[in-house]
Parts: sequence; structure tokens; C-alpha cells
Amino acid sequence: MTNVKTDREPLFRIIKRDNIPRGKAWVIRIAAVVIAILVGALVSAILAGGSAFGAFFSGLFDGVFGTPRRILNLFQNTAILLCIALAVAPAFKMRFWNIGAEGQVLMGGLGCVVCVKYLGGKIDDNALIFVMFIMSVAFSVVWSVIPAIFKAKWRTNETLFTLMMNYVAMQLVALSIFAWVPSGSGVLGTLEHGNFPNVGGYPYIINIIIVAVMTVLMFLYFRFSKHGYELSVVGESENTAKYVGINVKKVIIRTMVLSGVLCGLAGLLLVGGTSFTLASDTVDGRGFTAILVAWLGKFSPPAMAFTSLLYVFIDQGAKNVATGVGIGDAFSEIITGIFFFLVIGCEFFINYKIKFRPRKKKEENSVEEVAA
Amino acid sequence: MKKKIVALALVLALVVSVAVGLAACNKGDGTLIFGPEDADITFGMICLHDENSTYDKNFIDAARDLAEEKQVRVIVKTGIPESAACYDAAVDLVDQGCDIIFADSFGHEDHVVRAAREFPEVQFAHATGTKAHTNGVENYHNGFASIYEGRYLAGIVAGYKLNEMIDAGDITAEQAKMGYVGAFPYAEVVSGYTSFYLGAKSVCPSVTMEVRYTSSWYDEAAEKSTAEALIEDGCVLISQHADSMGAPTACEEAGVPNVTYNLATGTQCPKTYLVGSRINWTPYYAYLVDCLRNGTEIADDWTGTFATDSVKVLEFGAGVSDEAKAAVEAAEAALKAGTLKVFDCSKFTVDGEHLTTYMADVNTDDAFTPDTEAIETKDGVTYFAESEFRSAPYFDVRIDGITEINEA
Repeated sequence: MTNVKTDREPLFRIIKRDNIPRGKAWVIRIAAVVIAILVGALVSAILAGGSAFGAFFSGLFDGVFGTPRRILNLFQNTAILLCIALAVAPAFKMRFWNIGAEGQVLMGGLGCVVCVKYLGGKIDDNALIFVMFIMSVAFSVVWSVIPAIFKAKWRTNETLFTLMMNYVAMQLVALSIFAWVPSGSGVLGTLEHGNFPNVGGYPYIINIIIVAVMTVLMFLYFRFSKHGYELSVVGESENTAKYVGINVKKVIIRTMVLSGVLCGLAGLLLVGGTSFTLASDTVDGRGFTAILVAWLGKFSPPAMAFTSLLYVFIDQGAKNVATGVGIGDAFSEIITGIFFFLVIGCEFFINYKIKFRPRKKKEENSVEEVAA
Repeated sequence: MKKKIVALALVLALVVSVAVGLAACNKGDGTLIFGPEDADITFGMICLHDENSTYDKNFIDAARDLAEEKQVRVIVKTGIPESAACYDAAVDLVDQGCDIIFADSFGHEDHVVRAAREFPEVQFAHATGTKAHTNGVENYHNGFASIYEGRYLAGIVAGYKLNEMIDAGDITAEQAKMGYVGAFPYAEVVSGYTSFYLGAKSVCPSVTMEVRYTSSWYDEAAEKSTAEALIEDGCVLISQHADSMGAPTACEEAGVPNVTYNLATGTQCPKTYLVGSRINWTPYYAYLVDCLRNGTEIADDWTGTFATDSVKVLEFGAGVSDEAKAAVEAAEAALKAGTLKVFDCSKFTVDGEHLTTYMADVNTDDAFTPDTEAIETKDGVTYFAESEFRSAPYFDVRIDGITEINEA
């Protein structure tokens, strides 16, 4: 009987892993990143000739660390992405699929621009930035709390709802810009007021500091606050939450308000601290990328900081490679696609283990395995 | 097991051969850094899209010529959106040692100015921009060309084509309707399509035109479907001011003649390509480089013309008659001599009236206030003086015979 079994045993089998040591999991993840970079180099070699293989590595690192300013840009882009990731994390931890961060950030940005347009130059710039903060948070919270109320009260599907709110926000921004700039190619010029000041001659420093502080605060919120615990209970099981007396509706709405506040902050950082302008593509898909980044970081703020940094590293580096090697714009998207494919794919190897068919002593081994 | 190994080996062999094949067909000259490494001047370029966009390709090709002609180092950054990314790109080019930085899209302007204020020792130039002559930033400059004259000449070819269709009995004189795919409804586009229309009208008086917008500089799908919608609407000839191959492709599929901008599409669209116009940017780049080398001041606002070799009519397509070619040559000579004006007020009407006065918005402010009288009379011709007060177009008059449809 054992003979029959061994003859038909497949080349390998997939076994669920229950608890992989943390260190080993990170080794697998880092291996995935390294493989992603190697595959990226291979792809650029295929697209642009053999010499591009080496140029990919030098271009990648030069694009990120080549000058002090590029390093600053690395941290700046990481800060923005991380801020949005921090915004989506609580909702996702609660299993509330908020894919509307794109629109929520955009509304925050719109709130800022409204302030600058109607108050700019009339009040002190520091006061203006404070008003911008209030307005951007208000706009963004409205955008995040509407789907939350519908979900809490009438059990509507939050995924579709938040997704559609993105498009409404984009159209609202396009419409507002058209109202402010009736002539031209639909581009709002840079705003003269409400710009964050440079620190030590460099822009973006304030953004980075604010997001660093928010990361710590969110870490504390998740780890030590009652709210943070409640939202993870709601995520694990709504019925358990009800049983222990948690007001689920309240938690959903409260958590989405928090998401809105952070998205509004991201909008402020984008308009007041980065672009000094707004367009319907200002967020540039980061509302969605942030979800991947947050998920990869297992919704733990320090890990999310690392995954955002990694994503921005690949993206910024690949853009630089595209210039040096002379492949089109889409190149960096190909590379980040490969990165996500492999890094998300590697989670499979963290959750499952592959068992190959043993070569020798077929009978004994297979018996052992069946017993195991 | 053996079978599996064989299969795996075969798959690997296939992948490798495909990879080698792909690598082999790559020309290997795609790098976006041109010119000698030890050049005395480094010229940085910021492009909205990459070379798949006909608009950006025109700028990049000119930069390649510049590197060759003037022996300067050129670094091109492609795919830079009209956002803070443009400022970041400009600053990065400064860090790479660029002496002058040039940006190619209208919406880049404010971000380039921001960089120019921060780095007064570096020169910044911008195509199609409007603010350099008024904003007082010393190291920031605008440049453009009187491309409306080129479009007018391309319009003449279109007019001859329409006449051929009328003579052949394919259409009646009233059915001579052209279609125009525009990006955004503002002066640069309006000036372009009006001059094209007036060129056609100068040889085919019954022509009308329908304009539709895509609200994007580069959206291949939208440009294609917009061109298709125009053809559906009875347009028998199409031209465009948008940057992808969308409209030319739609025309080739439908067999409708096409007049292009920036790039001759004769090889991709052999059946329908007629002619086109483009700005030759090399003279402006060369001017900037010469100014830097000679230590002379760069003009705030520079307008290229036929005289500077900045305005070009593209090669003629197969279907263009010798008569049309001769007419283009004659008109070009008249434009150069100044005896012919594209926006001659006697040649077009607005609400049935000839223009005698028009305030144009030349000096950009927040409210877009019209500030300059643009109608001039010289040698007995009353005309709209386009590109005389600044390089970027400011003709935004909607004239009779052209219908604008803006769905966005």
C-alpha cells in the first residue's frame, strides 16, 4: 500500500505554516526584494541591451542616494506615502475596506486651496496654515465619514462607496480649478500664500517631521489605547465585539474620522508643504499604493515606515534608471509592478511551506510524513 | 521526471531566445543623455512625457541636434508631471551641474519659476510660458515660435485637398467640413486651429470646422475617439493639437486625410498623412547656449520665426498635388516678406463683423484681465498681431465658421 502511495506522490506539496520565526520571515521578505531588483535589472537588460544590466544598479542607487537632495526627496516621498498609509491602516485593521484615501487626501488638498484662495494675503501666513489644517481635516473627514455612516447605519458596501467617492472628489477638484482658472490648460498655478517655510534652506523638512511624529502617535494608539484595541476586536469578529459590549457603529465612525484626519493632514502636506498647488492627479495613485504598503507592513506603523521607504526607493530609483538607460516613462511602473508581485508573492512562502518529494528511502519517509 | 526537466529546459531556451531577440532589435541609442561628457555647458531638459508623445519627441530630437551642433551636454528627464515633481526635477538638474534648464509644458511654468527664484545663478527657460516678461525673475525666460504661420501653410494643403474632393464630386462645397482635436480651450490651441482654418479657407472659401477637446495633452484613447466622433459628425479632414498618435491612427483607419503637428506620420499613416507643421527648437536652444558662452543676456521672451528657422512645414504626404506645394511656397514667401498676415481682419468675421479692436490678455494676472490692444494696421492691412507682444500665443478669438464643442 505504501508503494502505491509513493509512486503517485507529487514532486512537491504545499503545507500551511502556523508560526514561522519572525527573523526567518524577514529573511524571506528581504530575499524577495533582492530578487525583485535582480529581475528589474534583467528586464532593463532585455529592454535596452546588455549593458543596461549593470546600469540598472548604478542608476537605481544613484537615483536615490546620488545627491543630498535626492536623499531628501526619498524621505519626503516616503513621508507622504506613509502618512496616507497611516490613514488607511486603522480602517483596514477594523476590516473596513476604505479604498477612498485617494479622494479623501484630494479633498483635504481642496480644503487647503479654498483657504489660500479666499484668505491668502489677508491674514498672517502662520495663521493661514493653521486654518488650512482645520479646513483640510474638515473636508477630508466629511469624505471619509459619509461612507462610514452608511456602513454603520445601513450596512452599505464600503468598498464601492469609498471608491466612487474618489471620482466625485476628482471631479470636484477639476471643477474648482476650472472655476479659478478659466483660461489655460486646466492647471492651477502655484499658490503664493500658505507655503510651509524651508528649514535650513531645504524644503520638505517640516513634512518629514510631522509624519515621523504621527507614526509614533499611531504606534502608541494601536498598541496602548483602548480605541486601538477596540478596533482590532471589531476587525477580528464583530460578534465578539458586540458580546463584550463594544459599540460597533461608534467604533466604525470614530475610526473613519481618524482616517479622515490623517488623510486631511496628508492633503495639507501635499498642498502646503510640497506642491503649493493642486490638480486632480496630485495624489497620483498614492491613495491606493498606501493600502499595499500598509498591508505589507502588517498595519504596524514602524514596519509601514520601512515598506514605504522600500517602495519609494524602488520607484525613485527606477525613474532615474529610465533616464540613464533611455526607456520610456512606463519603465518605473514595470519595476514597481515586479517589486509588488514578488514581495506580495513572498508572503505565500511565509504562510506556506513547500515540501519536496524525498529522493531516497521512499517507503520510510512517506510513512513518516503520513504519520506527521 | 525526465520529461519535466526536458520541458523546463525547453521553456528556458524559449525565454532566453526571446530575450536575446528583444535585445537584438533594440537600437541601443535610447539614452537620454547626449553630447560630450566634458562639455563646458550642461543643458537640462524637463519633458512632460517621453518620446512616444509627438510633442515631447520634437523637443528631444532638437536637443539631440543641439548636443551635436554646439557640443554641449544634454540631460533629459521625461515623464515629469505639472506638479512639485517638476520643481524636484529642476532642482535635481541643478545638482547635476546644469547651467541652463528648459521645461517643455505649459503647466510646468510656476514650478520652474519657483526653482529659478531659489537658484539665481542658473538660467531657466520655458516653452509656451507667459510670465517671464512681467514677473521680474531675472534668470527665467520664455520662448516660443510663430507656429501659427506654419499651421496656416498646412491649412493651405488641407484646402487644396478639400477642393480636390469637391471637384471629384465626393462632397459638395457645403460638406467641406474639417475636424480638429484640441487639448484645452485656451489661446495656444485657439490660435493654432484658427490659423489652420484660415489657411484652408484661403483656398476653399466654403470650408467650416468643428473643434472638440480632450482636456489632456496626451491621451491616446481620448484623442482617437474624439477624432472618430468628428469623422462620424461628417468631418472629411482632421487635424489636431494633442500629442499622441491617437488622431492620426483614427484617420488612417477611417481613410480620412490628416494634418499633423510636431511629427510627420507618413510612415505610420501612409494612406492619409497630408502634411503638418512643427516648431524647430534647435535655434532657440542654440541661442540660449550662445548667450551663456558669450556672457550676453538672454531675452525674457523670445519668438522664433521663419527667419530663425524655427517654424517648419513638415514633408508632404503622397497625396499632395504639385499645385498645393507651389501655393505653400508662395504663401511662405509672402509671410516672410510681411505682405501676407495670417490673422488679416478682412479675411474673417466674428459674429458677422470684421474685428477693428480687440484687447488680448498678454500680461498674465490672476484674473486673466485683457490688457493689450492686439489689432494693428500696417501697410494698409489690419490684422491681429499674434506673437508680437510676447512669444506665447494670445489669439483667443472665436471666429465665424468654426464650431467649438466642449463636452468636458
